[in-house]
Amino acid sequence: MSVASNSSTVAMRGHTRSTGTILIAAALLLIAVAAPFVLYPVFLMKVLCFALFACAFNLLIGYAGLLSFGHAAFFGGAAYIAAHTVKVWGWAPEFGLIAATAVAGAMGLVFGLIAIRRQGIYFAMITLALSQMVFFLALQLPFTHGEDGIQGVPRGTLFGLFDLGQPLTMYYTVLAIFVGGFALIWRTVHSPFGQVLKAIRENEPRAVSLGYRTDRYKLVAFVLSASLAGLAGGTKALVFQLASLTDVTWQMSGEVVLMTLLGGMGTLFGPVVGAGLVVTLESYLASTSLPVPVVIGCIFVVCVLVFRRGIVGELLARLPRRGH
Amino acid sequence: MFSLLGVPPQVLFGQLLLGLINGSFYALLSLGLAVIFGMLNVINFAHGALYMVGAFVAWLLLTYAGVGYWGALVVAPVVVGLLGIALEKTMLSRLYKLDHLYGLLLTFGLALILEGAFRHQYGVSGQPYPIPDALKGGQNLGFMFLPNYRAWVVVASLTICFGTWFAIERTKLGAYLRAATENPTLVQAFGINVPVMVSLTYGFGVALAGLAGVLAAPIYQVSPLMGTNLIIIVFAVVVIGGMGSILGAIVTGLGLGLLEGLTKVFYPEASNIVVFVVMAIVLLIKPAGLFGRER
Amino acid sequence: MRTLLLAGTALLTLAGTAVPAFAQVSDNVIRIGVLNDRSGIYADLAGEGSAIAARMAAEEFGNKVAGAPVEIVVADHQNKADIAASKAREWVDTGGVDAIADVPNSAAALAVQGITKDKKRIFLMSGPGATALSGAQCSPYGFQWTYDNYAMAAGTGRALYEQGKKKWFFVTADYAFGQSLEEETTKMVKSLGGTIIGSVRHPLGTADFSSFLLQAQGSGADVIGLANAGGDTVNAVKQAAEFGITQSGQSLAGLLMFISDVNALGLQSAQGLMLTTGFYWDMDDQTREWSKAFEAKAGKKPTMVQAGVYSAVKHYLKAVEAAKTDDADKVSAKMRELPVEDMFAKKGRIAANGRMFHDMYLAQVKTPAESKGAWDYYKIVKTIPADTAFMDPKQSGCSLVK
Repeated sequence: MSVASNSSTVAMRGHTRSTGTILIAAALLLIAVAAPFVLYPVFLMKVLCFALFACAFNLLIGYAGLLSFGHAAFFGGAAYIAAHTVKVWGWAPEFGLIAATAVAGAMGLVFGLIAIRRQGIYFAMITLALSQMVFFLALQLPFTHGEDGIQGVPRGTLFGLFDLGQPLTMYYTVLAIFVGGFALIWRTVHSPFGQVLKAIRENEPRAVSLGYRTDRYKLVAFVLSASLAGLAGGTKALVFQLASLTDVTWQMSGEVVLMTLLGGMGTLFGPVVGAGLVVTLESYLASTSLPVPVVIGCIFVVCVLVFRRGIVGELLARLPRRGH
Repeated sequence: MFSLLGVPPQVLFGQLLLGLINGSFYALLSLGLAVIFGMLNVINFAHGALYMVGAFVAWLLLTYAGVGYWGALVVAPVVVGLLGIALEKTMLSRLYKLDHLYGLLLTFGLALILEGAFRHQYGVSGQPYPIPDALKGGQNLGFMFLPNYRAWVVVASLTICFGTWFAIERTKLGAYLRAATENPTLVQAFGINVPVMVSLTYGFGVALAGLAGVLAAPIYQVSPLMGTNLIIIVFAVVVIGGMGSILGAIVTGLGLGLLEGLTKVFYPEASNIVVFVVMAIVLLIKPAGLFGRER
Repeated sequence: MRTLLLAGTALLTLAGTAVPAFAQVSDNVIRIGVLNDRSGIYADLAGEGSAIAARMAAEEFGNKVAGAPVEIVVADHQNKADIAASKAREWVDTGGVDAIADVPNSAAALAVQGITKDKKRIFLMSGPGATALSGAQCSPYGFQWTYDNYAMAAGTGRALYEQGKKKWFFVTADYAFGQSLEEETTKMVKSLGGTIIGSVRHPLGTADFSSFLLQAQGSGADVIGLANAGGDTVNAVKQAAEFGITQSGQSLAGLLMFISDVNALGLQSAQGLMLTTGFYWDMDDQTREWSKAFEAKAGKKPTMVQAGVYSAVKHYLKAVEAAKTDDADKVSAKMRELPVEDMFAKKGRIAANGRMFHDMYLAQVKTPAESKGAWDYYKIVKTIPADTAFMDPKQSGCSLVK
């Protein structure tokens, strides 16, 4: 039934290992704080934006068992909102991001209301088609400036205090946004709400028979996921100071699926690892003569055929079991 | 006579006819998808890429082997069908025991590879493919100029669509096929080799895409990107028609072609969105699609 | 990993381990980054060919100017503005790149223009056509070299009007770029006294143009202007031939077409098409000689974008040589001061808004019978003098124009 069923045991075990996870998280955070002194900050910020996007997507596929093939609509749509409010309306970056998140959430609500009624492949197809509508809107609405996109978005001053024009300030802001989003997902997954989601994923009829109104749970998860994807998209618009059509194409929806699949569906850190790998790979391939889509496609096929747990999933599965 | 919002009737007829031509492409492609979905429960994301491969095979045959349009019409679908069977045997067949979504993800990856490879090899501007001599020229119908080739496309694809429908709904082979969809174990017990039947079905489904590619080659540019945009619309057609419903795919394909034709007259900017709007409305009213059954 | 390496190199440089041998040239190398689409829709008109053209320009200087070696680096922006922006930033911040060249795709070019303006690096645009790049979004370091949408649209509009084709119908891609092509042509045609009979907007990436063409055919216009680009234009032209539009006396004008598009269409479908171009390989001995050398390396004749990259890089290197430094302010001043004189542009000059003024040409695509072989595609109907070919800088909206 569930797409992530083979990694579900991993996720369950992950719960009992929460002290270990916290230690790992603390170590990763330390690395992230030190990273901009070694690596190129803009590159790191891109990784963080995509990591948050992939985590938001993973909340649906990994914990609610819903494959959305239209998440680019939230990511890219929110990028336009952030870019427009900040550049044209002169809003402060924090309000731009709030607006972006809110609009993405509202879009998520509309998508959700239409798509939630169907499952599995039907759900994927419907989200895909709806996101195509958003793409055509983005192409034709005047405020998005068609092919040119919204360019030269000022980064502004966060809370009137921090000048985001400074690369390091921007970096730590993005890091804070990512950590906040990640913590929210963590909290959600480990809350009673998250447990109900997992129950729905494993066996929806049983959850219904236990008296849960599963559609509502799924809808809330969908809206939450869409909002966080929007937050990631809005942040990306500030980092790159632009919003363009790239982020609303269905190929982008495919890319986030790949990141999550590669890193490990239904694991907390999987999408982060996947996003990091895919972004690194794309920036590396840009300077070689290898055709990017072919390489990405091959990774996709290999992942689906032999590597369905993803990198983090495989690692967790190989770790010695404790307490069993 | 009548005129709708200032559009004279002859223009309207012209546009409806063109819509029918596009609709027959949608029908042919969504038919292949529906056949595959009905049997394998796989949404074949590589359908657009295989349509593109069909067109390219026709072009390669013409350029390097001197095989013309009529030869390509037979050879290209066979090549694409064999390619499909190879993909099904080596990859897709490993995924049947898992969630159906993995089939979607696998074919998505395959589509990226096929498109990327052709792009890398042949560039993206595309290659010209001439209209066969026998179908050059056109008829003046009074209200519009109808190129002979387009007339041929409508006739050919409608024949194939309804032929396929007849074969599946009205023949013994079709009955096996439908039975295997319902209950593969039982059908296997009756001594029918279900895995082979599944492979052949996939091969047939993608061969239809390859055939559509050959039909499209003289009208559109033979380009690696030709399938990318089309496939999403065809997905929408299949969703509206009800996934897996053969008749639904054909009728919806034609109907949406007509609707798109009308949109191009009255509000051309929306002609790409109209399909998705219809889809949203249909799903709100009838979640299983127009011809689909709730499962 | 590469980023890590680059960052490491940058740190080392900062630490002062490298001894500057030529104080005027930063990090002792003149590095030019060719940033364009190498796998998508612009790969044929720019792509690797642009990199080859840039290398050919550097070779003419023996790969050395002002005592420093010249290095050409290349990257694929995959037609994504964010990849273009991050690559450009990375090149400038950690890769020691002094100038960025080509960048087709207006969104990507606008992003790179912002970065090069901020960070003071030279930007040699050959691929992008958006007039904003030498208008509202102009930069003291940005040079728009080969063409722009105004030159393409207005040039074709004016030239066809002068041939007595006064009634226009547009088939326009419905987004900012297509609309601006239509707008520029409309302004030109109307200012001359022509009329616009109608227009129809089609969504980007339309495969089937028959219904739009049918409307155009029924309108009774003299000219059907295709205000779109790439695959859309190619499909429209191909289907226009199928529906017998040119045979029935109407002219078809591609408002933004490149020789790679004509090559993809084949003369059978493209014959008779009118278009404006900044360069054609078969114009004089110089262009033929250069194009032959290019073909030996690239396997095909150059497009105007590729020839423009050659010309722009060559002029940039000439300016570096003359200024004896790679300092962007000084090089930019030198580039404006020196005349542009090579096989691409004769007596070219750079205006205050960064627009390089050179002659443009109105071309008509040959019939299969007229063509003598591969790539023999254009008849040059008319030379459009530089002064009328491009927009008056005063009207461009660029703040650098006083």
